[in-house]
Amino acid sequence: MVFIDYYKILGIEKKATQADIKKAYRKLARKYHPDINPNDKNSEKKFKEINEANEVLGNPENRKKFDKYGEDWKHADEFDKAQQQNQQSRKDSQGQSSRNFSESEYSDFFESMFGGRSTRGGSVKFKGQDFHAELHLDLKDVYETHKRTLTVNGKNIRLTIPAGVINGQIIRIKGHGGEGLNGGPKGDLILKFSIANHTNFKRDKDNLYATADIDLFKALLGGEITIDTFNGKVKLKVKPETQSGTKVKLKGKGFPVYKKDGEFGDLYITYNVALPTKLSEKEIELFNELAKLRSK
Amino acid sequence: MSKEKLILINQLCTHYQVEMSLFSELNEFGIIEILTIEDSYFIHEDKISVVEKVVRMQKDLKINLEGVDTVLNLLDKIDDLQTQLNTLQNRLRLYED
Repeated sequence: MVFIDYYKILGIEKKATQADIKKAYRKLARKYHPDINPNDKNSEKKFKEINEANEVLGNPENRKKFDKYGEDWKHADEFDKAQQQNQQSRKDSQGQSSRNFSESEYSDFFESMFGGRSTRGGSVKFKGQDFHAELHLDLKDVYETHKRTLTVNGKNIRLTIPAGVINGQIIRIKGHGGEGLNGGPKGDLILKFSIANHTNFKRDKDNLYATADIDLFKALLGGEITIDTFNGKVKLKVKPETQSGTKVKLKGKGFPVYKKDGEFGDLYITYNVALPTKLSEKEIELFNELAKLRSK
Repeated sequence: MSKEKLILINQLCTHYQVEMSLFSELNEFGIIEILTIEDSYFIHEDKISVVEKVVRMQKDLKINLEGVDTVLNLLDKIDDLQTQLNTLQNRLRLYED
């Protein structure tokens, strides 16, 4: 276990007065309080550390124990008792205590401040802690509404993920967070979507963008091409004398609109005219003829 | 008006151990809206989370209501900016290879 220096956490010196501790705690709590920093896991972690530091250093008795025994301060009474016994048993007791003071006790300690055992806040009921999770999906996954089972803190939650969810979008699922304090309601699960795009389409909200290659002759003379949309192929008429970079809009062939059944964005296709290569002698001759015609 | 989604302020005062005056002040600040039905005062259940936030900020951080109101406004602004940033980041991906 890594030693937690509560003085360092509060940014104060060992000789700090109780007033200094209170001041440092208030300042840091204002900076890192979860209500001031929603959806910020680092701040949440920092706030827990600050509270723990304040609980220890803000109480002169606990502080004395911490100053004397450092990370093992919670076992100070055991140590003192053991010291009164023989040297060997003291050693055993110290070793045992040190091994038992694990990472999990750190969070237990936090719970003791904020959980049911807490004296802080009396019997005031508060909503439980919000849990934050990130769900990684592929763009193809969110083209259609589908159900998915998530495991959050060992519990399975069956979710309906609506089509059209946007990368970075956050949804709140009520009642799937931490237990409430003093009988208060459960917190919420705050789910952030991270959507990876491995397709040839680029997405901007509900619209999709793609490029389509057309050969020189279709670009010049017009014709029909088959292009890929997100859910299949469609035939498209190319107008004669189409320039490279021309954009066409395929209405309703984009991405589903979030929570609007049957509504879709548009698909924008940019034509890229692919010039022929490895021309034969005959072709060069004919192109030269064309060039002469154009220059007349 | 239906009382279905309304919560009696007296109950909230007992629950959060706060004075009725807190709700009056929150109403004056425009943070909540107090509804009066048959001489009883209610707030909409959607406002519970903001009331809890205010109570926590007051109890944990000793912020007065002017401060809380400022914080809530700034948080709303951050939320708007975060949404805008997210939209722009997604749009920027259009120009990335």
